[in-house]
Amino acid sequence: MTSPSSKLLATTDVTKFFGSFCANDRISLDVDAGEIHALLGENGAGKSTFVKALYGLVRPDSGTITWKGERVEITSPARARELGIGMVFQHFALFDSLNVAENIALALPQDVAVSDVVARLDEITARYGLALNAEAAVGDLSAGERQRIEIVRCLMQSPTLIILDEPTSVLTPQEADQLFVTLRQLVNEGRSIIYISHKLEEVQRLCDRATILRHGRVVANCDPRTTEKGELARLMVGDLVHAARPSGSAAADGIALSVRALSMSAPSLFGVDLQDISLDVRPGQICAIAGIAGNGQSELFEALSGERLSNDPAAITLLGQPVGHLGIAERRQLGADFVSDERLGHATAPDMSLSDNVLVTRARTDTDLMRSGVLKLERARSLSQRIQDSFDVRSGAVDPPANALSGGNLQKFVIGRAVDRHPRVLVVNQPTWGVDAGAAARIRKTLVSLAEGGSAIVVISQDLDEIFEIADSIAVIARGRLTALYPADQMSAEEIGLWMSDAEAGASQRANSTFQTAGVGLDNND
Amino acid sequence: MIRLEARPRPSWWAALASPVIALVLTLLTGCLLLLAFGKDPIKGLYYLFIDPITVWWSLEEVLVKATPLALIAAGLSVCFRANVWNIGAEGQFIVGAIAGSALPVVLPEVQGPHVLPLMLLCGTLGGALFALIPALLRVRFGANEILVSLMLVYVAELFLDWLVRGPWRNPAGFNFPETRQFHEWATMPIVGDSRLNIGIFIAIACCAVLAFVLSRTYFGFGVRLSGTAPRAARFAGISRNRTILLVMALSGGLAGLAGIMEVAGPIGQLRIQISPGYGFTAIIVAFLARLNPVGAIAAAFVLSVTYIGGEAAQIAIGISDKITRVFQGALLFFVLGSDVLIRYRITWTRRTPVIQTPEPAAVERTST
Amino acid sequence: MSTDIVLAIALTVMTASTPLLLAAIGELVVERSGVLNLGVEGMMIVGAAAGFAGAQLTGSAYGGVAFAAVAGAGLSLVFAVFVLLLATNQYATGLATTLLGIGIAGLVGQGYVGQPGIKLEQVPIPLLSDLPVIGPLLFQHDVLFYLSLALVVCVSFVLFRTRLGLTIRAVGDNHDSAHAIGYNVVAIRFATIAFGGICAGLAGGYLSLVYTPQWVEGMSAGRGWIAVALVVFAAWRPLRCLAGAYLFGTVLILQFHAQAAGVPIPSQFLSALPYLATMIVLVIVSANRLSRHSAAPACLGQAFVPSK
Repeated sequence: MTSPSSKLLATTDVTKFFGSFCANDRISLDVDAGEIHALLGENGAGKSTFVKALYGLVRPDSGTITWKGERVEITSPARARELGIGMVFQHFALFDSLNVAENIALALPQDVAVSDVVARLDEITARYGLALNAEAAVGDLSAGERQRIEIVRCLMQSPTLIILDEPTSVLTPQEADQLFVTLRQLVNEGRSIIYISHKLEEVQRLCDRATILRHGRVVANCDPRTTEKGELARLMVGDLVHAARPSGSAAADGIALSVRALSMSAPSLFGVDLQDISLDVRPGQICAIAGIAGNGQSELFEALSGERLSNDPAAITLLGQPVGHLGIAERRQLGADFVSDERLGHATAPDMSLSDNVLVTRARTDTDLMRSGVLKLERARSLSQRIQDSFDVRSGAVDPPANALSGGNLQKFVIGRAVDRHPRVLVVNQPTWGVDAGAAARIRKTLVSLAEGGSAIVVISQDLDEIFEIADSIAVIARGRLTALYPADQMSAEEIGLWMSDAEAGASQRANSTFQTAGVGLDNND
Repeated sequence: MIRLEARPRPSWWAALASPVIALVLTLLTGCLLLLAFGKDPIKGLYYLFIDPITVWWSLEEVLVKATPLALIAAGLSVCFRANVWNIGAEGQFIVGAIAGSALPVVLPEVQGPHVLPLMLLCGTLGGALFALIPALLRVRFGANEILVSLMLVYVAELFLDWLVRGPWRNPAGFNFPETRQFHEWATMPIVGDSRLNIGIFIAIACCAVLAFVLSRTYFGFGVRLSGTAPRAARFAGISRNRTILLVMALSGGLAGLAGIMEVAGPIGQLRIQISPGYGFTAIIVAFLARLNPVGAIAAAFVLSVTYIGGEAAQIAIGISDKITRVFQGALLFFVLGSDVLIRYRITWTRRTPVIQTPEPAAVERTST
Repeated sequence: MSTDIVLAIALTVMTASTPLLLAAIGELVVERSGVLNLGVEGMMIVGAAAGFAGAQLTGSAYGGVAFAAVAGAGLSLVFAVFVLLLATNQYATGLATTLLGIGIAGLVGQGYVGQPGIKLEQVPIPLLSDLPVIGPLLFQHDVLFYLSLALVVCVSFVLFRTRLGLTIRAVGDNHDSAHAIGYNVVAIRFATIAFGGICAGLAGGYLSLVYTPQWVEGMSAGRGWIAVALVVFAAWRPLRCLAGAYLFGTVLILQFHAQAAGVPIPSQFLSALPYLATMIVLVIVSANRLSRHSAAPACLGQAFVPSK
């Protein structure tokens, strides 16, 4: 340990309440010069609130912040930048219609002209290997490139401390590797980094020290390189029930959902074209579709659900019936159901009550909810109550609007609304995205038991841990193309990671090595 | 600085109080306005808002004017609930009046009890079809329905002007720009010996039916869903385009019905001017009623009082009846402003506010 | 046709186009910052009434111009307070602005109906105005005409060449991002709305001080709405706005000339032409846009509540 005077940043008992909710409970932490310090914790552990306090976006209720040995009040982001603290947000503050240079200039002081930015941009991109075209419109860029803009914005102000909030959540494993190289370089220049993440592996690879938060408190300080992964996980989430897919679960014969050579052009300029997608899912099977966000997942979901129709009725077959031309309500009536990745606004109407939101998907499938166009609101209420009871949805009010629920509870409601029908085919997009660990475990367990009951389930997910936990077969989607479906126990995370960046290459490589054991091709690559 | 803090759930008391708050604020503004014109505010407000409902004949007049307002506003409520902005009700009112008048004007020899129902039907259809023009252009080409429906108001006014000065002018009317008087079968039956006709019952019935449809039927649910969360509506399998067409046709149809009831009722013939801006005032009625078709009945009454009160005040204290329009505009502002109370708590802050959300706001827009 | 007649028609086209251009260029800036102000018609008619009244009160047409600008700005600020501070629905609030504006204008103008107006003088530009054809066409006008053209150039420059313009466009593209970076979205929008109000007020003043120097109720006759449509037509670009305004000015004038020339079409149908033309243009522009990347500012019409 170094002496306190050499600390770049130290906080003592930083506390922040939101109403009666304590987001940060006496957090003390210090950062040395030239270190990468991990801030590890589940969603809602208080990581974001804490770094927002460091960046002047949130004012702590009590506690002190010491910067280079002096006590400071960080009252605004401008003050933070003045001190030499920069931040790269998880949610980018970008402008799609403007170009890269303009986007960067907007984050710099008023007197900086766009033309100056272009010159300095070249210098910085060359130095850190952050390839960016100053003229490109940001709306056309990939998530990785968009993140680079945020990093360059931050670097333009030569910060001593850089805060990165879940930087790899939008990146492919390969893009993440590239980011790590850049971060190492920054540290070698003597800068420090606070690295927020809930991904254990990358923290172990990258970080010198880790502070672990749970429920707003510091639960541990450790060296992630010498601490075991299981121990880190336990510290981060506490003791947790695992849904655990029973091994050797057998799928029944027959095909519940079949997709044949489905192609669809993107609904919008920034969308992804679906190309030649084929997939067969049997009853009892949980098939996972892995991929980095923005590679055609939402387009595929909309095609499977019938929110967008296919020209070819036979492109999608549901329980033996061609449905490519049928809308989402008709497909539901045939026994399928769908859970979209966007809880608020897509799967539910935010301002409407839960019982109204039951009607969103159930009015046309449940005969007792509607008679000749007239709704039975009491029945919708009791159905809503039943779903809340059996899926442990905690709302704290009678029939609240959807936006009054926490993310985890609303997700349980949305999953429950579909599962309660016992659909014979269920397509779920990102079932546990942004959901607390308890709710996620509950949701996974629900899906597994639905499959055990004979339903065919398609899970579109970015979360490889989740996929390996519940899926029995896996396909990867990248740039609108889908690989064939492979048994989950023959796939490695590395292999999937590689395919995520290029499904075509991955698939052909796989085809070439069909008779070899899984992962051989990868070994050669390393 | 004013800061809005989202309430955890919409406030029910604010929902009930907001129209009242808006009315009170409008009255206060009215006081200031009257003072500015050197008039006694109490006296002025009395003539504007109280006097019209103290005498039976003027109360009748208030009800006569409230009828088209309520009818149009009920349709607009449904439309606005679907987040579809039909601003051209004035034009649909006029076209409904024209379409319904065709029978008694062109074929006055057709007589009998079937004439009036036919006229009402034609008026409704006329208004609905006219409203379908902006709806179709919106659905098919993405043209903004606000601007198109509004442009069509001017077109409808000019078309009416041409008709009553040209082909439909009363041959025995000394060149006045008006059609022949409608015959007895073509006019709305009068209630008792008042100025009221059966239109008021039709309007009330329509409002009641629409309120039921909006709150208790799947169609109404779809309209509300499509308005508040269009993507959730699509997830439910409700077509946005179909919703746009239906609510535009519905609101246009009701405006058209109001139009033909007006010319077959109090006016009795087509003229250049058949509406003191009912189609626009009905927008205010709809918002004052918080987009509730039954509430539109009460709100129509309030707005109608301002019309009659404006005339009364002009005579009594010599202030221009143009003040009515000012009141109406101010009322709409205050209605919209007080509605904010339902969803937000308003707080005052001294310094620039810092972000105070426990969850990070989703800044990144997903491109769809 | 002789050149004199062509010149005369061209001059009337310019007079008819100037108010459209003034109002549209103001609304363009407002929309670029992400706010849809449907109150242009109301601000314009208030500007017309205030302009006429101001000229009568001060005895000078320039006094009228000042009154018109202040009146337009004042009404626009009412809109701004509701839309920006109370986050009310922009469509409905814009309509309220128009309805209130029509009411106020009727009330203010009441006493001036039928009175002779004061016309804004022409200010020939030395030397340039003596040029043949071009001189009388471009350099023998009133100040508002020069201003309208200057605004096109200035707005174009500021929007696309300065940091201020970049900021305005950024706020219109994504107000949440702009807020996150530290821009005061509300203050920027207050300023653009006020600018739009001044422009619409001046456009109204132009009607009652130059176009037809008198006060007639409802004299804006939907020009404010046409200006809003023009911004869509112009794809939010100042130079295309100029072209659009002159196109519509031409339609307005040609139908007058056709009526005067006794074209055997009912005058009402000719009068309806500008409105029909607006619709047709909207349809064509919108249909094109469905297949392309939308030029509209992404936040247009959305309420901004910083704390959420």
